[in-house]
Amino acid sequence: MVISVASGKGGTGKTLVSVSLALSIEDEHVLLLDCDVEEPNTHIFIKAGFDLLKTVNVPVPRVNEALCVHCKKCAEFCKYKAILASKTTVTIFPDLCHGCGGCAIVCPVHAIDEEMHRIGRLMHGSTANIEVIYGELEISKPLAVPIIREVKRQISNDSLVIVDSPPGTSCPVIEAVKGSDFCVLVTEPTPFGFHDLTMMVEVLTQINIPFGVVINRADLGDERVWDFCKSKNIPILLTVPYERRIAVSYSKGVPMVVDMPEWKEKFKDLYKEIKRLLNK
Amino acid sequence: MKICVTSIGNNLEAQVDQRFGRCLFFIIVDSETMQFKAIQNMAANNRGGAGVSSAQLILDEGVEVLITGNVGPNALGALQNSNIKIVTGASGNVKEAVERYLSGKGW
Repeated sequence: MVISVASGKGGTGKTLVSVSLALSIEDEHVLLLDCDVEEPNTHIFIKAGFDLLKTVNVPVPRVNEALCVHCKKCAEFCKYKAILASKTTVTIFPDLCHGCGGCAIVCPVHAIDEEMHRIGRLMHGSTANIEVIYGELEISKPLAVPIIREVKRQISNDSLVIVDSPPGTSCPVIEAVKGSDFCVLVTEPTPFGFHDLTMMVEVLTQINIPFGVVINRADLGDERVWDFCKSKNIPILLTVPYERRIAVSYSKGVPMVVDMPEWKEKFKDLYKEIKRLLNK
Repeated sequence: MKICVTSIGNNLEAQVDQRFGRCLFFIIVDSETMQFKAIQNMAANNRGGAGVSSAQLILDEGVEVLITGNVGPNALGALQNSNIKIVTGASGNVKEAVERYLSGKGW
C-alpha cells in the first residue's frame, strides 16, 4: 500500500505526520520516501546513516555543428526555450531543458543527439524496520519532477510505502501523490491552510485518489477547515494540538512520537483508519 | 541601423523597460529614419525561458544594437555569441534612449 502525505500550504506538518506514522507502525516494514526534493528533511528525524543510492540525470541535446543546417526547427519546436538558433549558431540551455527529446526527432539532418546532465541524487538509509530514500535536487537546478520520479521508482510491492510530498499543488506534487492508494492531507485551521487544503482536495478529486485530513495546530484559527470537511464528507483522521513541546522536540530533530510515545497509538489508529476506509 | 529598445509601451514616447527577457514591448527603430515597429513580448509572463525567447526574437528581427536596463544570465548567454551590441543601464523614453546612444554619450 502506498500512502502519500501532502498539504498544499507548506509547513503544516507533512514531515511530522510522515515520520510519526512510519515510526508508529512497528510490525511492518516501512519504506519512507521523501519527495520534497528541494528541501528534503525526513532523514533528519530518522536516525540512520545515509549513503548515495544513485545520481539522477536528464538527457539534454548536443548539437553536431558540422551537420547543422541552421534551419531553426529545433528551437521552434522547444516549448521550454532551451534552444536558441541564430543563422550561424545553436545554443543549448541545459537548465531550461525538460529532456523530452523532441528536438532530436524534428532535426532533419540528425545533427542532435543527447548527453546526460546531472540534476540531483538519491540518498538511502535504514533502521530495523524503516528504509528511507530521499531525493535531493542540486542547487540552482530547476527540475524537481525527474528526481521525484526516480525516488518513486524505488517502490517495491512488498512493503508499506509512505510518500512525503513537497508543498504546493503543481507538477512536483502531482508526481509525488500519483499512484498512491490514499493521500493524507495535513492542514492547519489558518486562512492559508484552509485555502490550500481546498486546492489539494480539487487536485485529488480530479486524479481520483481517496483522501482524509489531519488537522495540525488544531486549536489555532477558525472553524472553516472543520466546516469544509463536514460539508464535503471528508474524514478527519487525526487532530494534533498547537503545543510548544511538539515544536521544541521537532526543532531538535526529535519526532513527537519519540518524545511523547503515547502518540504512537494515535498514529497507529490513523493507519488502521486508512486501511478501514480502503477496506484493506 | 536596426536598434531594439525594450519598452513598457508600444511607441517612441514610452519609457524604457528595465528588463530584457520580460519586457512588455520591443521597439525596433531604424536609426536613419526613426521609423519603428513595436512587437509585444509574448514571453513576458512565461514561467521560464523568457530570456532565450526574447534573444531569439531580436536575432530573427536582425537587430544590431540592443538598448535595455539589464540582461539576465540566460539571455546574456544567448546573445554573447551573436553580433548584437548590448547596451545596458538605459533609462528615459525610447526616443531619448536611441538619440543618446547615437550621440555616443551612453549611460
